[in-house]
Amino acid sequence: MITLPPLIELRNITYSCPGRTSPLLKEINFSSSKERIGLIGPNGCGKTTLFQIIMGLLTPDKGEVLLQGRIMKDEKDFRLLRRKLGFLFQNSDDQLFSPTVLEDVAFGPLNLGSSPEEAREISVRTLEGLGLKGFEERITHRLSGGEKKLVALATILSMQPDLLLLDEPSNNLDPETRERLIGILKDLDQAHIIISHDLDFLASTCSHLYTIEDQKLIRCKAKQIHSHDHIHPYGDHPHQHGT
Amino acid sequence: MIEEPFARGTTFFHRRDARVKLIPALAITLILALSSSFLVTGTGCILTGVLLTLSRPDPGLLLRRICSVNIFTLFLWFTLPLTYGGTKTLPFFFLDLSLDGIRVATLITLKTNGILFCFLALLATSTVASLGHGLEKLGMPRKLTFLLLFSYRQLFVIHQEYLRLQRAARLRGFIPANSLHTYRTYSHLFGMTLVKSWNRAERVHQAMVLRGFNGTLIPLNQPELRREDYLFLATILLISFLLAAIPFFC
Repeated sequence: MITLPPLIELRNITYSCPGRTSPLLKEINFSSSKERIGLIGPNGCGKTTLFQIIMGLLTPDKGEVLLQGRIMKDEKDFRLLRRKLGFLFQNSDDQLFSPTVLEDVAFGPLNLGSSPEEAREISVRTLEGLGLKGFEERITHRLSGGEKKLVALATILSMQPDLLLLDEPSNNLDPETRERLIGILKDLDQAHIIISHDLDFLASTCSHLYTIEDQKLIRCKAKQIHSHDHIHPYGDHPHQHGT
Repeated sequence: MIEEPFARGTTFFHRRDARVKLIPALAITLILALSSSFLVTGTGCILTGVLLTLSRPDPGLLLRRICSVNIFTLFLWFTLPLTYGGTKTLPFFFLDLSLDGIRVATLITLKTNGILFCFLALLATSTVASLGHGLEKLGMPRKLTFLLLFSYRQLFVIHQEYLRLQRAARLRGFIPANSLHTYRTYSHLFGMTLVKSWNRAERVHQAMVLRGFNGTLIPLNQPELRREDYLFLATILLISFLLAAIPFFC
């Protein structure tokens, strides 16, 4: 039986920030096809940088990014990759730039060659799938933080990617929207990699956990993702726990 | 926040395609700007005023727009009659006002308001986005359209960044005064606004590239020109033609 190459693969990726001597990421090897992965780690350890390298926004010093076994060399290759992978930014304001929600969600499909009618149809369907029916003509910069996050997710889903890269999606969400996002992510067909400091969020949405330690990407084996009930003041607000 | 209050509305003018508004707007503007006849500019001003009334703008808002433009013409009324010179004069209290000066000031006022009415009726009833796409369809180079649309979009971003920084300064007890500290703070504010907007623009560009953007903005609404559009274009062009022809008959 022939095994298919993984959807995305990183080989020996080394990256240093401009002006720094020691690399931020060193010889990272990673591959993923249909898994739901969580990525945790302290601030500034290179999680977002790793996403940017995967998407071809940053060029690594060494190493290769492979899509379905093909090495991505230049911008043209990465254009292909970006059809398959969707990247949700940490700050939704950076992601929404069209006046209305519908125009923003339709931006991707239009660029991928859909006709305006198709793009409109895909967008309406995507919004509906996220429970955002009736948001089409809303003005993007007037949405609330939670709504912006969901609309930003819609702009990516409308391109029908195979894998989602989500950068701290649960940040600054109220408990209700956070639960809603967990529900959405669980129901989606796509695999995903989620950066988060919110362990409970990762526990509900991911099956594996990775962390970046000493410039290396490490799969957490020893620790079992689990959640348990406990009590403390203001416990019904989103909060973080030590690992 | 920069709004487009005149573009909200559902009148016949609002529903017209941007293209059939851009062409006559250019024609009327050219005629009014180049003409030196009172009859042409006066009639033009009345006609564009009628067009403006038909587009049913919010009266208060309209008045404010007209006033802000006419502050400039007011300066001409203060200066031209006193400085223009010429042989014919009009005694006014202890001053001798130049008749030619008054003529020129009137002409400029008529031209300014005619063009303003024309722009408010024809262009302000479309959003900047649809005007941009309209210009592109009329043959304006794609890069220029892109520049127009994105400069407009980026204005919001820069404005927001500035307001955020200003708020931060105010919350920490900053009160502008005529002092070196104030000037230094403002220079930092402007500098930071520039840097932050630049970073922001870069991230927005990344977001666009990730979603398949390759230099062409494809509008979601691509309206076909309808019969009403052609009719509208023909009517307004006919009016402008008649306006231009007035000096040849009188």
